Amino acid sequence: MSAIPADPNVTAVSATPRTETNYLNADWSIKSWLLTGDHKRIAILYLVSVSFFFFLGSIAAGLIRYELTAPAGFILESETYNKVFSAHGIIMVFLFLIVAIPAILGNFLLPLMIGARDMAFPRLNLLSWYLFMIGGACIMGGMINGGVDSGWTFYVPYSSMYANSNVTMVLTGIFIAGFSSITTGINFIVTTHKMRAPGMTWFRLPLMVWALYATGVVIILGTPVVAVTLLCIIFERVFHLPIFSAELGGDPVLFQHLFWFYSHPAVYIMILPAFGVQSELIANFARKRVFGYHLIAFSSLAIAGLGFLVWGHHMFISSESMYQGVVFSLISFLVAIPSAIKVFNWTATLYKGNIRLQTPMIYALGFIGLFTIGGLTGLFLGCLGTDVHLTNTYFIVAHFHYVMVGGAVTAFLGGLHYWWPKMTGRLYPESIAKWNAVLVFIGFNLTFFPQFIVGFMGMPRRYHYYYFAPEFQPYHIMSTLGSSVLALSFIIPGLYLTRSLSKGAKASANPWGAHGLEWETSSPPPTSNFDQIPVVLDEVYDFDPVTEHEQDKAAQALEVPSYLSNEAKSAESEKEKR
Amino acid sequence: MAAIASDHGHGHGHDEALHHQFENMEQQNDSYIVGMWTFLVTEVMFFGALFLIYTLYRSMYQMDWYLAHEALNVQMGMVNTFVLLFSSFTVAMAVRYAQLQKKWGVLSMLAITQVCAGAFMVVKYFEYQEKFGHHLYPGPGFGSHPEYLHGATPNFAQLYFGLYFGMTGLHGLHVLVGMIVIGYLMAKWWRNSPMVTKDYIPTELVGLYWHFVDLVWIFLFPLMYLMPKP
Repeated sequence: MSAIPADPNVTAVSATPRTETNYLNADWSIKSWLLTGDHKRIAILYLVSVSFFFFLGSIAAGLIRYELTAPAGFILESETYNKVFSAHGIIMVFLFLIVAIPAILGNFLLPLMIGARDMAFPRLNLLSWYLFMIGGACIMGGMINGGVDSGWTFYVPYSSMYANSNVTMVLTGIFIAGFSSITTGINFIVTTHKMRAPGMTWFRLPLMVWALYATGVVIILGTPVVAVTLLCIIFERVFHLPIFSAELGGDPVLFQHLFWFYSHPAVYIMILPAFGVQSELIANFARKRVFGYHLIAFSSLAIAGLGFLVWGHHMFISSESMYQGVVFSLISFLVAIPSAIKVFNWTATLYKGNIRLQTPMIYALGFIGLFTIGGLTGLFLGCLGTDVHLTNTYFIVAHFHYVMVGGAVTAFLGGLHYWWPKMTGRLYPESIAKWNAVLVFIGFNLTFFPQFIVGFMGMPRRYHYYYFAPEFQPYHIMSTLGSSVLALSFIIPGLYLTRSLSKGAKASANPWGAHGLEWETSSPPPTSNFDQIPVVLDEVYDFDPVTEHEQDKAAQALEVPSYLSNEAKSAESEKEKR
Repeated sequence: MAAIASDHGHGHGHDEALHHQFENMEQQNDSYIVGMWTFLVTEVMFFGALFLIYTLYRSMYQMDWYLAHEALNVQMGMVNTFVLLFSSFTVAMAVRYAQLQKKWGVLSMLAITQVCAGAFMVVKYFEYQEKFGHHLYPGPGFGSHPEYLHGATPNFAQLYFGLYFGMTGLHGLHVLVGMIVIGYLMAKWWRNSPMVTKDYIPTELVGLYWHFVDLVWIFLFPLMYLMPKP
């Protein structure tokens, strides 16, 4: 495509600062960033701010792990520990997981993938970032100014009556951040419906778009409910309006129903876009059309729909009636079906594919394994009998970290590496990135697998000591060790990705030889995405197996993959230049 | 808007009201309509949660809520209902005038809507004032004048008034937002902004929002003011 030719004269030109304008160098002023309507710039704004919040949330995680290394704890008081795990949960859920893939990768890719110039509502998109930042500032303000100790679930009556911490301020922040989520969801839905390029039919949409659309549906149906529920706690604390007050005859369990009506679908807000990234990675690195495209697309919608009918499985021990429990348990089992469809289809896609084991693919393969473990252990918890034993233990902590970190974060890192050349116009160093992807896998399993065991043995979650059972210590030490490895494996990409911004080799329009509209424009794309709105004539993921196989054989003969040779040459010529 | 459109020369028409990301007015208008309805879905879910809480508590404490609701002033609620219904009519007329591109028709209809919205808020103010005067606002002093509770158990009556103030308060907030949005729309019409004069869709969007606000009241009024004796 637009790869830089190896002709020495042309190379000399390409080594000087590029002259073509793209969305990054169109305007350097701070104002042009802060008042931008460009979905790509908003994605970058989100990337920077979300990375910052992820860093803060990780520090809290590190403190939790460090504290739990000894049976009696040794750095935090009980009250501080409560504030630290609450901070970890609140930051990671509301300021990282819910936003990370939709608002960074989704914002960047959705218009590019469907051949649009921008989101349907660019100013609403910018507003969503500002709401996110205001919400984030309120949450951080509340945490710095004394902290909040109610956990990320804010169960009443503790949060409404007894907690003396900054519950009101943090809830206000979450409420505002919720509207940021809603505006993003509305943008996704309208953009997918109305902004598709000519010829981009629903069944030519990349699976990432299907996933983002399903995410949008979950966001607009769920988020308002949690917004008003949390608002009720604010009402109760500030205006003395007794909505859930048990002492007046109100129903605290009703709060749990309303909270989980959103917060269970919210895990699909986190994982559905990850499924989308995963489908893209698997197809483009197995060099094959995704097996069962339609089923993966519909399973995203099925998850979005069924996800709203399972919230009661969080409340099996919260005075829920037995019959409710049975029904919720049954539907929880049903929701495993669309997830399993995806996993089987990705695996089937690998069969006889020309697999290229590059960094994004290593993350994608890791995702399949980790998500499968996370999903299957979810069935233990959705099962009435086993849940009574496992609920509120480290087993559940391990379960949702396998889904959220092993699933969502792994997919986020894989997607970030995959689209990094498109977002920044630079290549990241492949070999170190590969090793790092393996390191994430090792560190992750070392951190969270022992938690399954110690949880099954009876270690309760949210406890800051376990002197009553010192035999748990080896597992906690393993877990803390793993979390150190994991922390390292998050710092390394931060360093080499940042370094690649200035030192990385310039990326061609399509460094992976991938299929998809986003690879048909330059890297980084111009502000208006495409010089001309594309007309889509091809089916999605239209890899030709015969060509792929021949290319693969030719590349093996050369020992340099053909799709990388141009990049390698241009990188070399740049080194010579320096 | 014109500035944004001129920033990006795409050669896809030079309609002043057309934003750069759209191909033509039809796509833009369709997107606006889908966007507004999607937003209204979120609003339905927002109030829906409160109606769910209401339903549960009312079924639990039917008699006490019936007694507590007698403290409300049905006449005032009735006046407000008709004021809002009439304002829905005037908004519908404003949209019709926008389709016919009659500036003064739109402006006069929206002005009447503003007057109705203002009247609604004034009536609401007097209602709230009365409840505060009767110590019916939840909190430490609630029910210190038991004659206004009409024999309802104070705790359950407090739940009722908690929801009454919460739900009508949020609805009132939506009315206020509506007044601001209608004011903005009127300013646009006053200055002949191409955003509103070229096409009736922006006026229609504001109309949709206003009808939604009315609709919430149409549910709130019978649920809060017109309970049958259980």
